[in-house]
Parts: sequence; structure tokens; C-alpha cells
Amino acid sequence: MAFNLHSVWAIYKFEVARFGRTVLTSLITPVITTSLYFIVFGSAIGSRMTEIGGIPYGAFIVPGLMMLTMFTESIFNASFGIYMPKWSGTIYELLSAPVSAFETVVAYVGAAATKSIVIASIIFATAHLFVDVQVAHPLAMMAFMLLMAVTFCLFGFILGIWAQSFEQLQVVPMLVVMPMTFLGGAFYSIDMLPAAWRTVTLFNPVVYLISGFRWTFFGKGDVAIEISLAAVFAFLLICLAVVGWMFRTGYRLKN
Amino acid sequence: MQPIISISDLTKTYKSGHQALKRVDLEIRKGEIFALLGPNGAGKTTLISIICGIVRPSSGMVTADGHDIVRDYRAARTKIGLVPQELHTDAFETVLATVSFSRGLFGKAPNPAYIEKILRDLSLWDKRKSKIMELSGGMKRRVMIAKALSHEPEILFLDEPTAGVDVELRRDMWGLVHELRQSGVTIILTTHYIEEAEEMADRVGVISKGELILVEEKTALMKKLGKKTLTLNLSEQMTALPEGLADWTLELKDDGHELEYVFDTHDERTGIPSLLRRMSDLGIGFKDLNTRQSSLEEIFVSLVHDGAGSK
Ligand SMILES: Nc1ncnc2c1ncn2[C@@H]1O[C@H](COP(=O)(O)OP(=O)(O)O)[C@@H](O)[C@H]1O
Ligand SMILES: [Mg+2]
Repeated sequence: MAFNLHSVWAIYKFEVARFGRTVLTSLITPVITTSLYFIVFGSAIGSRMTEIGGIPYGAFIVPGLMMLTMFTESIFNASFGIYMPKWSGTIYELLSAPVSAFETVVAYVGAAATKSIVIASIIFATAHLFVDVQVAHPLAMMAFMLLMAVTFCLFGFILGIWAQSFEQLQVVPMLVVMPMTFLGGAFYSIDMLPAAWRTVTLFNPVVYLISGFRWTFFGKGDVAIEISLAAVFAFLLICLAVVGWMFRTGYRLKN
Repeated sequence: MQPIISISDLTKTYKSGHQALKRVDLEIRKGEIFALLGPNGAGKTTLISIICGIVRPSSGMVTADGHDIVRDYRAARTKIGLVPQELHTDAFETVLATVSFSRGLFGKAPNPAYIEKILRDLSLWDKRKSKIMELSGGMKRRVMIAKALSHEPEILFLDEPTAGVDVELRRDMWGLVHELRQSGVTIILTTHYIEEAEEMADRVGVISKGELILVEEKTALMKKLGKKTLTLNLSEQMTALPEGLADWTLELKDDGHELEYVFDTHDERTGIPSLLRRMSDLGIGFKDLNTRQSSLEEIFVSLVHDGAGSK
């Protein structure tokens, strides 16, 4: 099958330029937020917690923090990228262009994922100012980051197609994503929870993602890395299936 | 010659249940300017949107330059440029960036010289570095035209191109349309302004309530339906039509100072000589008289009326 590189590149560039217009805020914000997290969680609370499973608390929260930010950034950027043209009406051009659904997704999700990875990397770098973090499996960590960025952006893309108002666009990240991430063990190990709560937590898919990501850093997580990988791939496949269905039926894109 | 666009048995029923197109068949010839004429809500935008891939057809088939618009959408869409009815633009992009983006989106390699030419033709070159939101409505419309032309389409759709457009842009646009036609581009425009179709088009299709009522060469249409109006400036004001003139369908105009008679130039007998004789018998004098061709507008109104009346 032919791949329309010019089209994909045009969309990708357009989206990256959109991020570029707010480059200063998008890059400074994670630096400030990360610093705040380290001051509050790392120093204030962390000084009492010292270690979790042999890992200093400050280092322990780095993967969770990166994932939390990637999750919210990906959803926000990818959903906005496709929601805006729908809202402003400029989507007519995309719909009338000789671009396949696959190419559209590659371009939009690729651009949003790029931004997420850049931001996650900035957080990683900022974290080094506060704590000493060693990465046990650097390649696996990068691969995991890429995989998660793409998956989250796909999820955001779905949200953007589904949403019919700005309110809907914001309600999902606020009501679903934030709690799921917070309760997913971003800042603690689920082993620290009472047994009953631990069981409940295991139904939260984010637990597997954070655990897997943490494994790439420290060589151990709350659940086995294989289970984490399976969870990420399952999430990815579900998102792909939904996007595929949306394009096949023209769901909320075409009358 | 193979038509550049071929539409057969096309219907569209929106989710609301509204049937916007009813079994439309139409062939557009390569290189012509075709005007799709119809009142608001007739289905013009729906028809164009289906051909361009924005709306899904409920049934029927469309090919553009021989390519099925659904199965072979890539090849079909590459040939097509669209200037939609509504003004939809990005806000923060610059003019140059947005037009270059469109070219890329349609799968063409960059060609700065060509983009420059379009922008110059549309008097946008000086504004190329401006953000779109800083432009006036007319300028934004020019940007949309530039975007539609950026990938060198062979078929150009203009949906209500002059609705709410200033005189200058209107003139520029017609200049451009003629130039594009010279270079072989097929142009399909929709309008509910009759003069526009009359002025521009080679052929006219009349659409009403989702049905294509007729398709004609513009000149043939004018001739075929060549009604004329005879106006008599009366010497004395008339308050009512006299009994003696009941054989003719006449109308009093201008407060009874004018008498109007609509006749068909193709009729064996127009009824004019006898009317004038009768008037002189009745002692009704007139100072002046003139005849004029009915505009497409009047033709259209009578067509739609006849169409509705025959049901
Ligand atoms: N998305 C839609 N959902 C339901 N009905 C629609 C939609 N778009 C257009 N229509 C209806 O279809 C008819 C044709 O609309 P349209 O093609 O825009 O007409 P025109 O362009 O000739 O003014 C109108 O009655 C309109 O209300
Ligand atoms: Mg319309």
C-alpha cells in the first residue's frame, strides 16, 4: 500500500508548529511542576519515607512522575489536535484530502507523542537536579516510554474525535485519568496499601503501566514486567481497534 | 469525450432522516464551468461535500476523472480542490504556512514558486507573513481559495463563491476562474444568485429539494425558456384592468401607469398585435413601450413553481 509521505509530514509539521508557538510555557511548566513535586514529595514527605523496597523515595517517584505527565500531556495534546479542526470547521480540508485513516493517525499521534516524549525527557533531566536516579535498563525504558506515549496519544485522539464540546474534552482527563494515575501507585508502592485495597488497585490498568516503567528503572516493580507489557499492548490494541472503527464508520467526523 | 465527473443515482439521507439528495444523475464535462443553481437547502452543499469526501453518500456512485470517489479516493481527491461555503480557517497560522500546508496535505512536493504565484494572483503576497486571524473576512476567503488551488487541482468546486463577498474580490475571482478555465480546469460552482450562473457558466443545473430538475446549456436554457416582458407606459393612469383585455394575462404596475405582458418568443402567436389593436379600439393610449428578456431568476421561479404545481 502506498504511503502518502507528503501528507503525513504536512500534518506532523503543522502539529509540531502548533506546540512550537507555546514552546516556552510547554517546556518550563514541566520543569516547575517537577521541581514542586520534588520539594513537596521528595523532601517534605520523602524525608520521613526514606526508602521503598530499597529505593530512595526521591528516585522512586521519578518514573511515576514521568508517566503521570506523559499521560496528561498526551491526552491533552492529541485530543486537542483533532478536536480543534472539528470545532473550527477546518477539518473539511483533512476529510477532502487524499489521506488514509492510517496516515492521519500516524501524523497526529506521532506529533503528540513527540511532544510527550520531549516533556518526559525534560522531567527526567530535571529530576537529576534533585535526586540520583540510575536507569537499570535504558533501552527498555526508552522503548516503554515510546510505547506509552503512542498509546496515550491514541487514547487522546479517540477522546478528541468523541468530544462534542470543550467540557467533554476536559472532563475525561479530570474525572478518569487523574484519579487513575494517582491511585495507580505513581507515588507509592501498592504493597504499602492494605490487602483489600491492593486487590481493588489491581483492576486499575495504570498500575501495570507504572509498575512496568518502574521496572525499567530499578529492575523491579509491583507486578512482573511481562504482565505490564501485556497490559500496555492490550491498551494499545484496544485504542487501535476503536480508532479503526471510528474511521470506518465516519464516527463524529462525517455525516 | 469521457465526463470529468460522473454522478449516477446519488442519494443522501442524513441521520436526521432528511433526504437531501434524491437520485441525482449528472455528468460534468472536462473544462466547462458548471453552475449548480438552487435555493437554500436545495442540496447543493451536500452534493459537493459527497464528491469531495466530506459527507458519505447513502447510495449511488460518483467518479472523478474516472476514479471512484470511495474505492479510489486517493486518485480522485488529488484532482479536486474545494472552496467551501463557510469561512473555516486556522487562526494562528500565517498565510504562507497555511497554503503550503494544504499543498503538502494533498500529497504534493513543495513548490514555493507556484505558491507565490497563487498568492500574487489573489493579492495575498503582501500578507503572506500575517496571521490569518489578523485578516479581514474577504482576505480570509482569498486564503481559502489559495488553499484550494495550492495542489494544482484539475477540478475546482466553489460553494457559493460570492455570497457576502465585496465587489473587488468578486471581480478578482471571476478573473481567476476564467484564467483557470483557460488552463483546462473544470469549475463547478453553486449559487442561488441567478446572475452569477448567467454571467459565468457554460451549463446550468437547477436543483430544488434534492432533485436535479434540469441541466441545460445556459444559452439553450435562456432561449428555450426565452420569455419576454412587454411594458407599456400608459398615457393615463388605470385603476383596474378593463373587461375587454381579459383575453391576455396582463398586470398593472407602477400604480397603474404601466401595463405588463409576459409572452413567449417561441410561440406562433405572441398575441401582441391583437393586444395593441384591442387597446386602440378601447381608446387606451400609451406613450412608450419596451420589451426585455426575462432573467434566469424569473425563469427559475417559474420552473420551480411549475415543478411544484405539477405534483
Ligand atoms: N448534517 C446534516 N444533518 C441533517 N440535515 C442536514 C445536514 N446538512 C444539511 N442538511 C439538510 O439537507 C438539506 C440540504 O442542505 P444543503 O446541501 O446545505 O443545501 P444548500 O447548499 O443547497 O443550501 C437542507 O434541508 C439541510 O437542512
Ligand atoms: Mg450550501
